[in-house]
Amino acid sequence: MPEVPRLSVRDIRKSFGSHEVLRGISLEARDGDVISLLGASGSGKSTFLRCINLLEVADGGEVWVDGEQIRMVQKGGRNRPASQKQVDHIRAELGMVFQSFNLWSHMTILQNVVEGPVHVLKRPRAECVEEAHALLRKVGIGDKADAYPAHLSGGQQQRAAIARALAMKPKVMLFDEPTSALDPELVGEVLRVMRALAEEGTTMLVVTHEMGFARNVSNRVAFMREGLVDSMGPPQEMFGAGASPAFRQFIGHFQA
Amino acid sequence: MDIAFLSSTMVTLLKALPVTLALFALSVTIGCVLALVIVWMRVGGNRYLAAFAKGYIFVFRGSPLLIQMFLVFYGLAQFDFIRNGPLWPLLREPFVCAVLSLALCTGGYSAEIFRGGIRSVPPREIEAARAIGMSGFLLVRRIIAPIALRYALPAYSTEVVLMMKSTSLASLVTVWEVTGVAQRLISHTYRTMEVFLCAAVIYLVLNFIVLQAMALLEHVLSRHLRAAPPAAKV
Repeated sequence: MPEVPRLSVRDIRKSFGSHEVLRGISLEARDGDVISLLGASGSGKSTFLRCINLLEVADGGEVWVDGEQIRMVQKGGRNRPASQKQVDHIRAELGMVFQSFNLWSHMTILQNVVEGPVHVLKRPRAECVEEAHALLRKVGIGDKADAYPAHLSGGQQQRAAIARALAMKPKVMLFDEPTSALDPELVGEVLRVMRALAEEGTTMLVVTHEMGFARNVSNRVAFMREGLVDSMGPPQEMFGAGASPAFRQFIGHFQA
Repeated sequence: MDIAFLSSTMVTLLKALPVTLALFALSVTIGCVLALVIVWMRVGGNRYLAAFAKGYIFVFRGSPLLIQMFLVFYGLAQFDFIRNGPLWPLLREPFVCAVLSLALCTGGYSAEIFRGGIRSVPPREIEAARAIGMSGFLLVRRIIAPIALRYALPAYSTEVVLMMKSTSLASLVTVWEVTGVAQRLISHTYRTMEVFLCAAVIYLVLNFIVLQAMALLEHVLSRHLRAAPPAAKV
């Protein structure tokens, strides 16, 4: 029996008004895959990521998480999820890390991390607190458990947000430009945490502009252009001789 | 200055304090619950409920509280089905009418205040909650309401202070609270200045306590906005 992919996305389409942002995107992530999604701004990378956990509802296409398809229905001429309960359950299995961290400002870092396990997964608090401390140590902010988000630097906040997502024990981690809102000197600390996760075998989908991460950490690179996957492959291929002309031109901007 | 008169006036007025406090506590509590219901209708997504809530807020914010109180007190008795209804023994009571109109009014104002609080909740924080699998009541209870409360609190404490003062209107529908008793005292003694000064002092003290309590609540709820505590001992 073939292995069930952790995440399988088929022919996702999305328009905002008359503007077609995603024109049929398919992607599959197997256990331990680290896929970097590259592309110019406006190429639909973030929208694609948000369609996976239904923060945006795609107009068409399928999303499968660990062999379970998110059921959609046509209602009022629009594509909608059939069951909010299923959406919640799928979202709990997908860890999302946002560009601007989106920590809950009124909660301490520890409270941010235990919120999901305690209130969504309904697990015993004491157990969750213990795990949360371990996660915070793992991302290098073990001493910040009782601080509030506003008291932390951007890099620390993003690492806390990663811990928050990990606390749900997700099947796939989705990163939406996790380092784009950070000062350059803080980018490294977040990338180090992400690299460590990748090395542990976490399945990750990363929208990023960090070419170093894409090339050295991910095992696949997808280049998006005008709402389509222009090319996809292992980094040594993509960054080597096999690159498509469009991708070569795109990475040229970074080397300039 | 007639200290003896002032102190005897104070004693008389303070006897009416429980009525004022009861008016205040009941109307603020009921009004707050009402406001939550109305704000839920207003932002819940149902067109008709939202229209009703809008109309409600418009009527109770847009007309004078005193007239609302007169309408409840004198107006309800005009309707046979109310006079013959099961609630009439309650609704014929001036105190109940006063609480009802105060609560209906603050319900409208507070609903708008709460709506302002809800609108201030950063969409990003709501999105983060959705992304970990929260929706519906859980999302409201754990994320939206606690954040909205923090934004709404300063405006809401003003509303609560206004309510304390508005209880004085109940004197005009024959409820013997502090202002009503003061007026009765004046009609016996003709010493307007002293009596009303005593009444004003009572309201000032009450509102001082209310404001202190609200400020304390705000302080407790805004820990996340203050400077970081000194680094923890290692």
